[in-house]
Amino acid sequence: MSGMNKQGRPTSIAVGGSAARETFTGNRALQLEEALVFELDNPGACGVDLDEPTPFTARLGGFERQGRIGLPSVSEPEIVRHYVRLSAKNYSIDAGLYPLGSCTMKHNPRLNEKMARLPGIGDIHPLQPMKTVQGALELMDTLAHWLKELTGMPAVALSPKAGAHGELCGMMAIRAALIARGEDEARSRVLVPESAHGTNPATAALLGYKVESIPVTTEGRVDLAAFKATLGPDVAAIMLTNPNTCGLFERDIIDIADAVHEAGAYFYCDGANFNAIVGRVRPGDLGIDAMHINLHKTFSTPHGGGGPGAGPVVFSAALAPFAPRPYVVHGADGFRLVETAEDAKADGTTPFGRMTAFHGQMGMFVRALAYMMSHGSDGLRQVAEDAVLNANYVLASLKDDLSAPFEGPCMHEALFDDRFLKGTGVETLDFAKAMIDEGYHPMTMYFPLVVHGALLIEPTETESKQAVDLFIATLKDLARAAKSNDKERFTGAPYLSPRRRLDETAAARSPVLRWAPPAPKQAAE
Amino acid sequence: MSDIRFTDQHEWVRVDGDIATIGITDYAQEQLGDVVYVELPEIGKTIEAGDEAAVVESVKAASEVYTPVSGEVIDVNSDIEATPAGVNEDAMGDGWFVKLRMSDPAEFEKLMDENAYKEFVEGLH
Repeated sequence: MSGMNKQGRPTSIAVGGSAARETFTGNRALQLEEALVFELDNPGACGVDLDEPTPFTARLGGFERQGRIGLPSVSEPEIVRHYVRLSAKNYSIDAGLYPLGSCTMKHNPRLNEKMARLPGIGDIHPLQPMKTVQGALELMDTLAHWLKELTGMPAVALSPKAGAHGELCGMMAIRAALIARGEDEARSRVLVPESAHGTNPATAALLGYKVESIPVTTEGRVDLAAFKATLGPDVAAIMLTNPNTCGLFERDIIDIADAVHEAGAYFYCDGANFNAIVGRVRPGDLGIDAMHINLHKTFSTPHGGGGPGAGPVVFSAALAPFAPRPYVVHGADGFRLVETAEDAKADGTTPFGRMTAFHGQMGMFVRALAYMMSHGSDGLRQVAEDAVLNANYVLASLKDDLSAPFEGPCMHEALFDDRFLKGTGVETLDFAKAMIDEGYHPMTMYFPLVVHGALLIEPTETESKQAVDLFIATLKDLARAAKSNDKERFTGAPYLSPRRRLDETAAARSPVLRWAPPAPKQAAE
Repeated sequence: MSDIRFTDQHEWVRVDGDIATIGITDYAQEQLGDVVYVELPEIGKTIEAGDEAAVVESVKAASEVYTPVSGEVIDVNSDIEATPAGVNEDAMGDGWFVKLRMSDPAEFEKLMDENAYKEFVEGLH
């Protein structure tokens, strides 16, 4: 713990106690405290020198603004420093390993950024005439082609803006197919395994379906017998995540698909964890009817505060006619978007409607396609292989120090439970907070719910062996400390972050959602 | 003889005449951690055994509270809606969720008694 440098000076700050030195400014060396931008307000300061308006006659009939609108006045260097300081507090994949399970926090290649910023792509507008954006439409068409190719599915909707939006899109197509079959009324249940993503039951519930949970086996996979027993003529669909949130491949998926189809229902697969199987498995071959693909996970577009998501949905032949508008077609006069119901009718499809006003996240399409084309099919295959290898390396290295609820091998993420903390007085949350002191973003905690005090680690293929080794060594050290009664290192953590442990309970019970200026005279509020 | 019964989903039911009071067990509140939000059903609603009666959300997780007995909702604990901490403080008493007028008292008899539930919880670890 207390490493020494060559001059013999201690390099670690003693935890708690006397060495926690207070400073006059509140800054901690070059880790600067930062006020809210509204608190920086310095009336009169401005980044630009604007002329006073010449006298004019207002024509607002008494609706003129009477005072300041409350935007903060700051100079250019002040505003630059403000945002630079805030950004320096951010932890991101560009700063270090980001093992958030189920989130696939992988490196965003800079080539993608360069492509997305090409003026011919970055500066176009969705309402431009189609003949002026042929290149952009071709790009969407090419992306659609490769998404269909990689999944083995005949149709894709590019427009959904994120994973959960994609789920909604897929389930709306399923509903449209059931309506077309005249079975919408009769099929009111959606089955969701306990190992599925939490958004799956939410999606089904939003569409008015009755959600039924399917238990997992002690192996962490769907209980096939329980699942078959729950199937019936009133089931609309199953929503299954594969690989699932225990980081395991659902081995019975083909049996599940057969049973679903035999019962006249549809098979929705949550493709959020596609990164583990891209280039290795085509979901279309598994009998899946609809699946969303998180471009921001598998295809490396920035997310987690870094950029918008994009959740295209691929469809089987049974659902393809119901895929939403708009979609790109290629005809004699070039590429065009099928935008209207009449247009779709002429094209021989029956879209259930549309998910978005425009065509989706163009910037993400560019990045995802750049990622695909720069990797090639062998590269994408290696992405999946390396991601799975890294996760298994973590699982195998840590299963004796932490505790693993399910036998490996795993897929893209390694799942641990809190049995190794039993009797230590340290909980999963404390363990995660101590990781912050060590310079790591914590893993996903308390999810999946089927595992007690879950710690879900997804290293992704981004990390080198050296980086994963240091991470593993850190977790081993923390596990050793927890088991040897060094409880304080955990229950008081984080000690070294810009803020100590935040009161999550108070924040949830009485959130302050809006900043209010301090009252001019006496006490605030 | 105990008039309180339990489910394997960690709900408890206490019966007085044909009125059943439903809440979550002390074990459940401890596992959930600090409760931050509770959603209760409308009074007058009829719910079947196994239906969702309420939603409880903590800093760790959100979960449904299922009613183990069928009946009509005659009262809800609006105190815990306003102050969810009440669930943590007294899960088995003042932290109750819903009162039902039972339509099938036999459902109650099928549930676990206190000893069976205690054994069930011990078996979880």
